[in-house]
Amino acid sequence: MKKLLAVILCLGLMLTASIALADNITVGIINNPPSESGYREANVKDFETVFSAENGYTAKAFYSLKNDEQLAQASQFITDGVDYLLVSAAETTGWDAVLTAAQEAGIPVFLFDRMIDCDEALYEAAVVSDMRNQGIGAVEWLKAQGLEAYNIIHIQGAMGSDAQIGRTEPLKEQADADDAWKIVVQQTATWDEAEAKNITEAAINSGEAFNVIYAENDGMARGAVAALDEHGITHGVNGDVIIIGFDCNRWALRQVILGNWNYDGQCSPFQAQVISDMIQKLQAGETLETKIVISNERGFDAKTITEEDIATYGLGEE
Amino acid sequence: MEQNIVLQARGISKSFPGVKALQHVDFTLRRGEIHALMGENGAGKSTLIKVLTGVYTRDEGTVFLDGVAKDVAIRSPQDAQNAGISTVYQEITLCPNLTVAENMFIGRDKKLLVSHKERERKADEILGRLNIPARAAQQLGKCSLAVQQMIAIARAVDMQCKVLILDEPTSSLDDNEVEMLFTLMRRLRGEGVGIIFVTHFLEQVYAVCDRITVLRNGELVGEYEIQNLPAVELVSKMMGKELDDVTGMEKRELAPEDGETPVYNAEGLSSANGVRPFDFRIRAGEVNGFSGLLGSGRSESVRAIFGADKVTGGTVTIEGKPVKVKNPIDAMRGGIGYLPEDRKDDGIIADLSVRDNIILALQVLRGMGHPIPKAEAEKFADEYIKALSIKTASADTPVGSLSGGNQQKVILARWLLTHPKYLILDEPTRGIDVGTKTEIQRLVLKLAEEGMSVTFISSEIEEMLRTCSRLIVMRDRKIVGELKGSELTQDEVMRTIAGRSE
Amino acid sequence: MKKQTGSGFGNALRQLTVPLVAIAILIVFNLIRDPAFFSVTTTVNNTGRTVLAGNLISIINGASELAILAMGMTLVTAASGGQDIAVGATAAVCGSVFVKVLSSGASITGLSILIAVVACIAAGMLCGLFNGTLVSVFKIQPMIATLILFTCGRSIAYWINGGATPTVSSPIVTAIGSFIPGVPVPTPIFIVIFVGLCFGLLFRFTSIRLYMQSVGINQRAARLNGINPVVIKMLAFVLLGVCCAFSGVISVSRLSLINHETILLEIEMDAILAVAIGGNSLGGGKFRMAGSVLGAYAIQALTTTLYAMKVPSTDIKAYKAVVIILLVVLGSPVVKKAFANLKLKWAQRSAKGAEA
Repeated sequence: MKKLLAVILCLGLMLTASIALADNITVGIINNPPSESGYREANVKDFETVFSAENGYTAKAFYSLKNDEQLAQASQFITDGVDYLLVSAAETTGWDAVLTAAQEAGIPVFLFDRMIDCDEALYEAAVVSDMRNQGIGAVEWLKAQGLEAYNIIHIQGAMGSDAQIGRTEPLKEQADADDAWKIVVQQTATWDEAEAKNITEAAINSGEAFNVIYAENDGMARGAVAALDEHGITHGVNGDVIIIGFDCNRWALRQVILGNWNYDGQCSPFQAQVISDMIQKLQAGETLETKIVISNERGFDAKTITEEDIATYGLGEE
Repeated sequence: MEQNIVLQARGISKSFPGVKALQHVDFTLRRGEIHALMGENGAGKSTLIKVLTGVYTRDEGTVFLDGVAKDVAIRSPQDAQNAGISTVYQEITLCPNLTVAENMFIGRDKKLLVSHKERERKADEILGRLNIPARAAQQLGKCSLAVQQMIAIARAVDMQCKVLILDEPTSSLDDNEVEMLFTLMRRLRGEGVGIIFVTHFLEQVYAVCDRITVLRNGELVGEYEIQNLPAVELVSKMMGKELDDVTGMEKRELAPEDGETPVYNAEGLSSANGVRPFDFRIRAGEVNGFSGLLGSGRSESVRAIFGADKVTGGTVTIEGKPVKVKNPIDAMRGGIGYLPEDRKDDGIIADLSVRDNIILALQVLRGMGHPIPKAEAEKFADEYIKALSIKTASADTPVGSLSGGNQQKVILARWLLTHPKYLILDEPTRGIDVGTKTEIQRLVLKLAEEGMSVTFISSEIEEMLRTCSRLIVMRDRKIVGELKGSELTQDEVMRTIAGRSE
Repeated sequence: MKKQTGSGFGNALRQLTVPLVAIAILIVFNLIRDPAFFSVTTTVNNTGRTVLAGNLISIINGASELAILAMGMTLVTAASGGQDIAVGATAAVCGSVFVKVLSSGASITGLSILIAVVACIAAGMLCGLFNGTLVSVFKIQPMIATLILFTCGRSIAYWINGGATPTVSSPIVTAIGSFIPGVPVPTPIFIVIFVGLCFGLLFRFTSIRLYMQSVGINQRAARLNGINPVVIKMLAFVLLGVCCAFSGVISVSRLSLINHETILLEIEMDAILAVAIGGNSLGGGKFRMAGSVLGAYAIQALTTTLYAMKVPSTDIKAYKAVVIILLVVLGSPVVKKAFANLKLKWAQRSAKGAEA
């Protein structure tokens, strides 16, 4: 009797499970935790909104800053038999085995936000930001300002991170190529606002002449600006020092529109819709044309930014 | 030279700065005997053992081994081991997370690679021969303490030892385990090993030993055949009978108590430290003492009175008022002071100045929010440094750099400063010079004169006879007698301690 | 009597040798490198106020959070013989509470700031109580006990506000973090003085120093003198919690924003170092808070010097490590003893020379 009951129970469970599967597309999402940054927060929220039950998805999300934890959970998702695996990896290496396993299990993999060092064949498509592109955008914009001399305080992010490398390189190349461009201070503040302020303060105190602050994220730009304010150095539109930040936090864009900063480079966290569209294509039996989709990212100039831009592209709260 | 002698020490002396730990001590151990080494704390037992095992180097004297008429130099434990002297200490010095076999052979393998199997086979063989209930492959930590002790002995025996020293091996064993150990000891005796057995338990000495050597104050009292030395005499020999300078010291006789309220009264007091429930009272101006051998529970009893250990039962009244003593602070508020037995670990705050050490208890009584002003603290410190003639460079000197006697005086000053009604002194005279000892005894009598109640504990029985008007005698963590008036004689005290009617 | 106070002062000086020597070396080094390094000038800031500026101001101002944390860390070290490695995370929690209270009100007034500060201190005390309970009641090693908040503190800070880098904008907050209108000295410096003063009063009007030292040196003896070691250790952690709260408020106010991932990141190591450089034993016991504060300024002076020297950012930590190793070795008992021996020998030799 008991056995029979158990069998019935099992069958029932399987039935409900299969019904749920039939109805919704299950996606396993591996991401970094929203607490990592304002960018990540927007990124996580974007995926939650797009891969919701209303849109016909059952999303299982896992957040960790550690590659090994991400890898373990990815294997678990494969074992659980998700329909699609979406990955923003903590590190660029070490994923080959897991991605191969996914391929063998017939689970298409999408990379978002960050690339992984592996054979292209192991994933369906990647929707990523090109940090280098963002850096190029900012440097091109700066070049267009047509200053006689560029004396730059360059505040870097955590050394070796994707964003730091991508945003540092174009500036360095330009400075190497053009004698009018000089990086007078180059220090890392490891994304820390207060450290950026200390670095800028030290530069002011030792009498460095500079007219550009190139900070690799908004927070550090804010720190640098605080140091300028305390030392009576004007900045922004009509100011002595040009301020460049990245990431497009809403409060940062507010500084841009107020003319306190000159430029903010976007790093788009919105990849979910693009991936969702591709999944729908695959569901409909079509094939994808592009392997790597670079998010369309812009830069906002104080002279041209609109309130609408802030509403659309700004991240987090003001 | 006698034929059977395995170890003969002649005229051994050893001094440390300020202390003569051993003075011309002779010791003889014969083949196939169990020889008890007895003496109260500070008598020199452990120094002698450490000299024999090479932990200390002797200042004077000769050691002959195994009937060879040649002095052996033992400069390190390794030397001792090579000479066939092995020691098993009270605390197991093996590795609990290795197997029994590994423990038995650790550090002894001649070859770098020895097969596990071979090692375990040998270990099992030895264990079997000595009838030790353990398997070679077992993890040592899983064995009972007694078995671990026995394995340590087996390891020693296997190293071809001729002399086996057992230093307090029974202190953490129960009766059955002790019996097991004794069986092993007798077996080894039968195999011709000479065993030196150090213990505080008189009964055990009489249960297993053939001969006794008694030490006192670093000197040899004598060597005795067990059947010629009844327990009472042993105790008397351990404690000594000589009286030192007592001139001008007079004990106060109290009027008979008729319904007067004692300063402190406890009924059924017991503590988590293993004291059986006991009753105790002390009258105003009375000096009484707890007597008994080390480990008899005398220190544990006063710790229970002061709330130093977790009190598990009993009712306490101070001057007739019921008081709950859960922590030292409760006792202190009730007017009790306590000079602990272990000066270094329980008494001084070594890095703090003499001044801070003196005012500490008073400061705590006044409360954290009422600091003693610096000027007042200095006054107190100077006053007591003078009154007790504490020898210190200044009141700012860290108390840890003072000599033992002066540290003791600082702690005494600390409690006197609180003007207690009842002062407990646990071994206040241990390890300090004779002059200071008499000073402290005089002080105790003077305080009692002034109306303070004092409990005085000392291993030296004359000190207590000289100062106490009542003695509570303890054995095995129980009160076994109370002596006063004419009963306060050395003989009577020893008879009560020994607990044998002879 | 006079002689005694004299020797007391001498003792104090001796214990402060390492941080003072460190600061002196940095001063001399910088003066040689750039004579104008320590010049303090006045500038007009962007709000039109005249304020003091210069490396000296930057160092003293920048070290504020570290100095306050070093004070609290000194107490925890003294009483528990261990260190709290969660001070950065605790400060993040406190700062987050501060921001949360401010942003939940409609407008930021003096009163709401006061409420926020009080809430922030309460949060700090709560964290301290948590650590203190683990250490004193459950007898867990301080470093292990505080590992818990170290690990999860920043996540809690995130969870309190729910946003990655929430901002608050109010002239009062700005005043706390930079300058009070009309006062040319950065406000954090005053907060350090205030906290230092509070500790000074605490030591003057209570015997907490004696209690903590006693517990730190010999817990058993302290208990037998009526001190409750559990309470004293707990108290040390709670006071450190309050210090974390002040640091958190300063740090948040500097830029009117909290980034819980980076706010006071890795400051625990600097705080512990400040205590060590200050000549305090990390094993607990006697302590001298002034030493720790000087240690904090020495560390900040070193960082600022390295920035001013344009040491490449990737190398900065290595340079710092070298200097710190030197300082700590210099202050180690072995070196101290060697110096004392050397002094003795020298004295003997000169005495002999005089005889001859």
